[in-house]
Amino acid sequence: MRIACPFCGDRDLSEFTCFGEAGCPRPLPDREDAAARFLEAVYLRDNPAGVHRELWYHASGCRSWLEVTRDTRTHEIRAVRFASEAREA
Amino acid sequence: MRYSLWRILREACSGHRRWEPAWRDASPKSGYEVIVVGGGGHGLATAYYLAKVHGVREVAVLEKGGIGLGNAGRNTTIIRSNYLLPGNNPFYELSMRLWEGLERDLNYNVMVSQRGVLNLFHSDAQRDAYVRRGNAMHLHGVDAELLDREAVRRMLPFLEFENARFPIQGGLLQRRGGTARHDAVVWGYARAASGLGVDIVQNCEVTGLIREGGRIVGVRSSRGDIRAGKVAVAVAGHSSRVAALAGLRLPIESHVLQAFVSEAVKPLIPCVVTFGAGHFYVSQSDKGGLVFGGDLDGYNSYAQRGNLPMVEEVCASGMALMPMIGRLRLLRSWGGVMDMSMDGSPIIDRTPLEGLYLNAGWCYGGFKATPASGYCFAHLLAREESHEVARAFRLDRFATGHLLDEKGQGPHPNLH
Ligand SMILES: Cc1cc2nc3c(=O)[nH]c(=O)nc-3n(C[C@H](O)[C@H](O)[C@H](O)COP(=O)(O)OP(=O)(O)OC[C@H]3O[C@@H](n4cnc5c(N)ncnc54)[C@H](O)[C@@H]3O)c2cc1C
Ligand SMILES: [Zn+2]
Repeated sequence: MRIACPFCGDRDLSEFTCFGEAGCPRPLPDREDAAARFLEAVYLRDNPAGVHRELWYHASGCRSWLEVTRDTRTHEIRAVRFASEAREA
Repeated sequence: MRYSLWRILREACSGHRRWEPAWRDASPKSGYEVIVVGGGGHGLATAYYLAKVHGVREVAVLEKGGIGLGNAGRNTTIIRSNYLLPGNNPFYELSMRLWEGLERDLNYNVMVSQRGVLNLFHSDAQRDAYVRRGNAMHLHGVDAELLDREAVRRMLPFLEFENARFPIQGGLLQRRGGTARHDAVVWGYARAASGLGVDIVQNCEVTGLIREGGRIVGVRSSRGDIRAGKVAVAVAGHSSRVAALAGLRLPIESHVLQAFVSEAVKPLIPCVVTFGAGHFYVSQSDKGGLVFGGDLDGYNSYAQRGNLPMVEEVCASGMALMPMIGRLRLLRSWGGVMDMSMDGSPIIDRTPLEGLYLNAGWCYGGFKATPASGYCFAHLLAREESHEVARAFRLDRFATGHLLDEKGQGPHPNLH
């Protein structure tokens, strides 16, 4: 598996570490339903067999956080962008 | 048909042409008391103990492929009960006791070999952690011995003792730990369950759950709808997918773990050894191959195959521990998809849906748990209460905060 980092280009898997499912933002702690939302954000996952949006860290490269869209059945990578772009989108 | 020496002699007289298949490949009936989804070790053991201990005999095991082709047939076969936490240890010790009597119980040779499991330590901090773990084991009546460097050297003189960066300082040894033959465990449970009337249905994928008034009353499958009083899910790496059929999200990620076997050599490694400075564990199969493994690849995967960086890392760890294996050729490597839970510990519990029960989250330690997992899941299904050694394996512990994080790693499944 190789990941095309938008900053560094196509790089080997061993340069990256995976941080799991993207889009589990930390809830506001003072909301009334905070406990239930923290349970979802910290522990519960869709874990699909198929297309998965996930966070990767380019540890041995530019140290950017990336959002990678990948098929968990084939390891095929569909898209890569900076996690910061994903947040703004 | 009971297996015995007498039986072998008798069958020999007829040229071994009259042996019957060990278990019955059944077609599904329209309904059962209990449907077990997943024909791995855990599903088959659950069905066996339901029939044997609780007299529940209207049971089917539905397997989407062939039995034992999932993780049950892909693991590195290590069994042990050297756990630290009080919520875990008595469960794994029950499993070890069941292993010790399993061959007589099943009338099947599952090749349990109590050759010992030795966890090496390489620093003072690691030694302290293992002393603590050994003490916890003693408090639960489990055997554990702390070996110093010289004792390890006497046992395994071929290890790299001159490694300046990761010197071997000693190890924690559980003599009752060891290995078992994984395929035989599947076949043994299948045969024993089938003998008690359990239907083992292969090529039967569960594709949906039948709901009536908030209750699960059966499954939709590739071989038709099948009704059931209770549906018990034991599908290892695919837990999230089956739970999604019921609209549930689980505290689980599916990850791939690879394993490796070398060409066969003469008897060399007498026990199971684990390297404490990298992640590497090895034992020698009865055929002579070195069977070894290491860490997860580290990303969600349903692919049943891993990537090359982990192959290199595992082999490098092996070389650091026992440089002599550098001359061996790697015969095969493969991967299995595991249900990594958020705290590294399993779940044996009811679900929020009535009629639906869950056995999941075994991570890469579920082979050793096979007997106790089946035993405790059957207990829950038959008695509607958790077995006393499995009370901590609750699904709601992630909401209540009663986590069982053996490694203290936090909610990062790829690090457990
Ligand atoms: C490489 C590797 C090494 C390991 N090493 C060890 C070890 O040394 N010691 C140890 O204790 N553990 C080890 N494990 C972990 C252990 O193998 C698993 O935790 C355990 O086997 C899981 O339980 P099981 O046997 O029931 O799983 P499986 O054999 O995977 O059974 C689950 C079954 O469910 C079926 N299924 C899935 N979805 C459906 C569906 N929708 N309908 C019908 N059927 C379905 C699958 O086809 C599969 O056969 C290892 C795992 C791997 C992959
Ligand atoms: Zn980069």
